[in-house]
Amino acid sequence: MFTDDAGKGGISAGGPGNSEDSTRRTGGDLVQLITPEGERVSHPEFDSWLQDVSDEQLGSLYEDMVVIRRIDAEATALQRQGELALWPPLLGQEASQIGSARALRDDDFVFPSYRDNGVAYCRGVKVEDLVRAWRGNASAGWDPFTVNVATQQIIIGAQSLHATGYAMGIQNDGADCVAVAYFGDGATSEGDVNEAMVFAASFQAPVVFICQNNHWAISEPVRLQSHIQLADRASGFGIPSMRVDGNDVLAVMAATRIALDRARHGGGPTFIEAVTYRMGPHTTADDPTRYRDANELEDWAAKDPISRMKSLLDRKGLLTADLENAVAAKADAVAKELRAGTINMPEPQPLDIFKHVYSTPNSWLDRQQEHYSRYLASFGDPAEAASEEGAR
Amino acid sequence: MNATMIKEFRLPDLGEGLTESEIVAWKVAVGDTVTLNQIIAEVETAKAVVELPSPFAGVVAALHEQPGTVVEVGKPIVSFEIEDDGAGGSAPDAGAAKREPNLVGYGAVLEASGRPARRARSFAAPAAASPVAPAEPVAPVRAAEQVESKPVETTPAASAPGERPRSTPPVRKLAKDLGVDLEAVTGTGEHGLITRDDVLNFVGGGELPAAAQDLAGAPAPAAGRAPAGGERETRTPIKGVRKFTAAAMVASAFTAPHVTEFLTVDVTPTMELLARLKAGRAFAGYKLTPLTLVSKAVLIALRNHPTLNARWDEANQEIVQFNYVNLGIAAATPRGLTVPNIKDADRMSLMELSSALTELTDTARAGKTSPEALSGGTISITNIGVFGIDAGTPILNPGEAAILALGAVRKMPWEYQDEVTLRQVMTLSLSFDHRLVDGEQGSRFLQDLGTMLADPGMVLAMV
Repeated sequence: MFTDDAGKGGISAGGPGNSEDSTRRTGGDLVQLITPEGERVSHPEFDSWLQDVSDEQLGSLYEDMVVIRRIDAEATALQRQGELALWPPLLGQEASQIGSARALRDDDFVFPSYRDNGVAYCRGVKVEDLVRAWRGNASAGWDPFTVNVATQQIIIGAQSLHATGYAMGIQNDGADCVAVAYFGDGATSEGDVNEAMVFAASFQAPVVFICQNNHWAISEPVRLQSHIQLADRASGFGIPSMRVDGNDVLAVMAATRIALDRARHGGGPTFIEAVTYRMGPHTTADDPTRYRDANELEDWAAKDPISRMKSLLDRKGLLTADLENAVAAKADAVAKELRAGTINMPEPQPLDIFKHVYSTPNSWLDRQQEHYSRYLASFGDPAEAASEEGAR
Repeated sequence: MNATMIKEFRLPDLGEGLTESEIVAWKVAVGDTVTLNQIIAEVETAKAVVELPSPFAGVVAALHEQPGTVVEVGKPIVSFEIEDDGAGGSAPDAGAAKREPNLVGYGAVLEASGRPARRARSFAAPAAASPVAPAEPVAPVRAAEQVESKPVETTPAASAPGERPRSTPPVRKLAKDLGVDLEAVTGTGEHGLITRDDVLNFVGGGELPAAAQDLAGAPAPAAGRAPAGGERETRTPIKGVRKFTAAAMVASAFTAPHVTEFLTVDVTPTMELLARLKAGRAFAGYKLTPLTLVSKAVLIALRNHPTLNARWDEANQEIVQFNYVNLGIAAATPRGLTVPNIKDADRMSLMELSSALTELTDTARAGKTSPEALSGGTISITNIGVFGIDAGTPILNPGEAAILALGAVRKMPWEYQDEVTLRQVMTLSLSFDHRLVDGEQGSRFLQDLGTMLADPGMVLAMV
């Protein structure tokens, strides 16, 4: 039974739940504002959150999705060319990431997973910083506080705890910004995410959980992980939820705005399930054809987020040659910047490892660093070492 | 600037810690002009088949490795001639330092760093010598070694007795599928690593014996006839589905003692039933064939003869009796023979079975069979009748205890009610694994099958 069917406060006939607030889902079943054919459908509740989205902004959302897909493709190629150790493609999830990230305010703080490169791009992370860690040149690509995006989390779901903790800090500060955790369908099965939701609900913390349900936790299909829709897991924690078409940039944007507004005004956490599809492999080291039906991919290709946005622009007469050229030129430029930035990235120095362990001096670490410096110095002059080698 | 230069592309580690990959196919030839990121090759790693995009824009100057070759990570596989102005593509060699492309973008700078000046410890290979010590075996010699009466491995790299043989997950999986005990295989890879080839060689997969000709008649890939006036023989490398099929067939044929029995049946009543069902309204829109009814008959007969729906588990010394039937159907596909199976076919009505068979064959022909559909079969049927063949000795799908071949339905002079008349006749060929199915069980199963097809009404007496 879905929470939509239940009355205020609870899902059982036993009366209201412990909370005074309703835990029902906003928007009813799956909310879609742009059909796969590119038709704009109206929604009484969600439309009011999109009134300010101008034609120009539609074009710009389209541009961001095209650019991030291009970044993704270029990074995948760079991995195949030996320039990156690994890359987790986001192909197919552009609308979920762009739609949500573009709804955020600068002072909101994002706690992303490793796949949320579109989110990071929207927040102003430089493209070469997106691949820095994947090249093995740094343990993190950027300074989280310059862009208000935490280091991408590799551990599944762990960032949801960080987001909730940060949100509790916001409460202490009396600020009205919001912490946003991004994770996937598989993460909802993890303890961390469940613990985060318990705390978020208990403290009514200003945090938004954005779950991109891309249907596959590596090779584990979502249907084996949850017998109810993921959005309905949230109601068990007393957290209101929404279930939106994750390939529909406007639906995701509206849902995120609703959730952010609730958080800013003391309404506590919200869970958004963006229903999308990972069209590529889990990472470049994965082969999805071993566990996934080709037909499924075809079905989802028909619901592609970018082609439906393109159709919408076309229907509205906004898909001009100028727009298309500008978007293509931007994508080309960004791809070129990414490639050059990757290949020319300075190699890390051995002592860099000590740089970001503590923010303040630490005598113990200083001693280790000194020992390591002396060890490195023992290698001496390469030519000398070679001649010694020859003499042996 | 029109000067050109040669750039090598070395095989990268394509998937988190791989040491080698196989070149499956080149998508470009020497002399081709390629653009940046154009797909130049297909490469198979232990984890996936991936496409390699070109790291340069330029002209292909040389292909260093042939398709089918397993190449170590870091070896040059292709050279490009590119414009020497940096605009051609990427990779201006970052810095002057020579980089060893072992894993990713950068690697250990071996030449530049040398070794530490102080070399306190020397590794004097402490225990390496002791295993060669005469007579006294340190540990009980394993059975496999006794059988082969091989000398004890003296390579220091060889695994110590009792240690699990070193291999990779895909190879362990292959060995399990083929019923090969890795303890018995000698690894030729680094540090005694057991490779895919070691396993295939162990089961004799190196060549394709006549026995491996699949009964479902998948066309031989591209071997074809030599062009008139051309070479008198064509040599096609054994790889892909053909190689796997061969290995599976050899493994099956030489591990499971096959017995094949034949029964020729007057199936006229079944063909009449088929015609009636087709004409009736209930099955409108369903594709009914003799295979549909025979499949159903097999599923019914298995209820009384479950021993044919079983598997010999060599590793655990157990016979696995399946209490469900995943019915495999041999199918000729563009990629060769595959045997997808219908899950829980025993629980299906005739309509469901008919739909499942149609879907299975359509999917297989389109080459879209999912990996899931290819594993977990418990018994198989191969329909050689569609090729006009009467009988054969089918080879068991590895791990299964029985396979039934359907012959063509022919009008033949046949005894019917004490007179010779023209009847529709079909031969059933049943192979079974004699380790777990005795002649009596196989015969009774085949007899029940024949009885049902000769007189479908007899089903009432069986279920």
